[in-house]
Amino acid sequence: MGSGTNYISIIFFFVFVSLTLGVTYWAAKKTKTTEHFYAAGRSITGFQNGLALAGDYMSAASFLGIAGLVALNGFDGLIYSTGWLVGWPIILFLIAEPLRNLGKYTFTDVVAYRLQQKPVRLASAIGTMAVVLTYLIAQMVGSGTLIKLLFGLDYTLSVIIVGCVMMTYVLFGGMIATTWVQIIKACLLLGGATFMALLVLSKFGFNPTNLFAQAAAVSTDPNAPNTCNGMFCYGAKVLAPGTKVVTGAWDAVSLGMALMFGTAGLPHILMRFYTVPNAKAARVSVMWATIWIGGFYLITFILGFGAMVLVGQKGILDVGGGGNMAAPLLAKVIAGDMFFGFICAVAFATILAVVAGLTLAGAGALSHDLWVNVIRGGHAPQHEQMVAARVSSVILGVCAVLLGIVFEGQNVAYMVGLTFSIAASANFPALVMSVFWRKFTTWGAVCSILFGTFATLILIYCGPTIQFDLLFPKVGTDITQAMVDAYRAVPGMESITLGSKITAELTSAYQAYIKSQWWFFPLKNPCLFTMTGAFLVGIIVSLLAPERSAFEGFSEVERRAVLGEPRGAAAE
Amino acid sequence: MHEHEHRLHAIAAHRWRIAFILSAIMLAAYYGFILLVAFDKELLATLLSNGLSLGILLGALVIVFAWVLTIFYTLWANNVYDSEIAELSHLAR
Repeated sequence: MGSGTNYISIIFFFVFVSLTLGVTYWAAKKTKTTEHFYAAGRSITGFQNGLALAGDYMSAASFLGIAGLVALNGFDGLIYSTGWLVGWPIILFLIAEPLRNLGKYTFTDVVAYRLQQKPVRLASAIGTMAVVLTYLIAQMVGSGTLIKLLFGLDYTLSVIIVGCVMMTYVLFGGMIATTWVQIIKACLLLGGATFMALLVLSKFGFNPTNLFAQAAAVSTDPNAPNTCNGMFCYGAKVLAPGTKVVTGAWDAVSLGMALMFGTAGLPHILMRFYTVPNAKAARVSVMWATIWIGGFYLITFILGFGAMVLVGQKGILDVGGGGNMAAPLLAKVIAGDMFFGFICAVAFATILAVVAGLTLAGAGALSHDLWVNVIRGGHAPQHEQMVAARVSSVILGVCAVLLGIVFEGQNVAYMVGLTFSIAASANFPALVMSVFWRKFTTWGAVCSILFGTFATLILIYCGPTIQFDLLFPKVGTDITQAMVDAYRAVPGMESITLGSKITAELTSAYQAYIKSQWWFFPLKNPCLFTMTGAFLVGIIVSLLAPERSAFEGFSEVERRAVLGEPRGAAAE
Repeated sequence: MHEHEHRLHAIAAHRWRIAFILSAIMLAAYYGFILLVAFDKELLATLLSNGLSLGILLGALVIVFAWVLTIFYTLWANNVYDSEIAELSHLAR
């Protein structure tokens, strides 16, 4: 496999696309107003929205990525799994109900509720777009690479296919189609993963600890995977924390913050709470989402260890994709080509559902926040709002495809961390302060959002992720012209020439040089500083220049956060 | 009307208290786990039985704990909080 075209998965994928396009056709006939386009007519039940939230949230990064991380590193994958789950209870306790009661289509509705509309919406649209675009890059590049591996299709073609199918869902079916695509995908993913996990466990007497024990069986040679009883074993280290995910203590704290609070600041997740009829349904939907997502992560952990023991780390690394192929390969080993094709198609469907949600959130920021409320001052006729929404969706879709093509071959793994970090620093603090703090002001919100967005971007750029992992090449590669320039800046290395190999000494000398620069930021994930900073900036600016109307408007926020829209006040 | 506002505040404040306490508990549980990962890798490597390390058990428990808290809150809010709000809205009319 690898180079050949995988026909079984293409057939499965074709079935999925036909089914979802059928749903889109049905949804298109019901999508008449912006209320349908952004919020599915508020007609989704709590249980359905729980599944859709899970479908919106469980990206290819969490399915293939975590399974691969566990298969190659064992325990460390659990750090991401727990981090990505514990954001959900926070959404439930602090965000879901006031968000549903105060907003209309986007989370910016809530932030701007009692503040001056234009500046807040403009700043918030910047924060939203930063999150949506970085996440889209991660998803699109991931999808192109994966589809190349899974289906044997050309990268650019794959990115264009994903872009076109996703745009069809959003453009014609809006939130109604997107919701059902996400529900179908969540069912396929949960069903497929559970079935695979049961098959794995059946080989270990339905006891996960037997599986872990097999992986951890003492291996005499630490480098080459041994086989014990015909299966691979790796030694006890796979059951203990390693150094792959968490390097330092502060890095761990910062990453934890980004994963936890970033979830509560993702615009495409927050937008889903407007699709249900009331705050109670919003609450119930988070409960279901937490159950599905948590269960999925536990299952993924089993799959990761299953792939480690049944496929072997060497087999996973040999096919490329840096571990991402662990789950599909496991499917192949355990249930044959047919199931492999099914899991590949599910992975593709996973990407489609997530990018559709992201595009819709981006379109909400561009058309509802920017066009309707900033440029048109909140007064735009319904048909104009629909045109703006569809034009924005096309702009987002084209951007997604172009970014996917531009970033081909780049390492975009850090983009997911960047997304969560911006979401936690730009969106979460402003949202929380607008709901909980009476003295919060327009300029407090604007400064907090802009600080969160740009501080995160700058600190990631000045940190080890970009400076070492991205700008700096791996040991063993040839030195190119750009690197000659970079090296010659390092004292004592002025004589480096084109084409020589990068060695471990060169790497450490370069890293020491970068670390000595005043602008170097030592954490991989800046969230600890940027999120705390965004809260502080919001508080200081608000206290320095109090805003009377915002202060007085808070009573209305408090009342409506509890009671919801006044009865009889139908949405326009 | 004043009485009504007062009741509303009391009910809302009660919900926020519960929400903040539950958030703090979740935060403490998760950070307890993450800080152990960061500072005491050996402790998490302790084998409880063949194949089950303390780290894996605690990680899985964080997930189960998140379930317990969300289900607890949802049941409480659906049964207690919502009926208090409904009663208040009824009085207001």
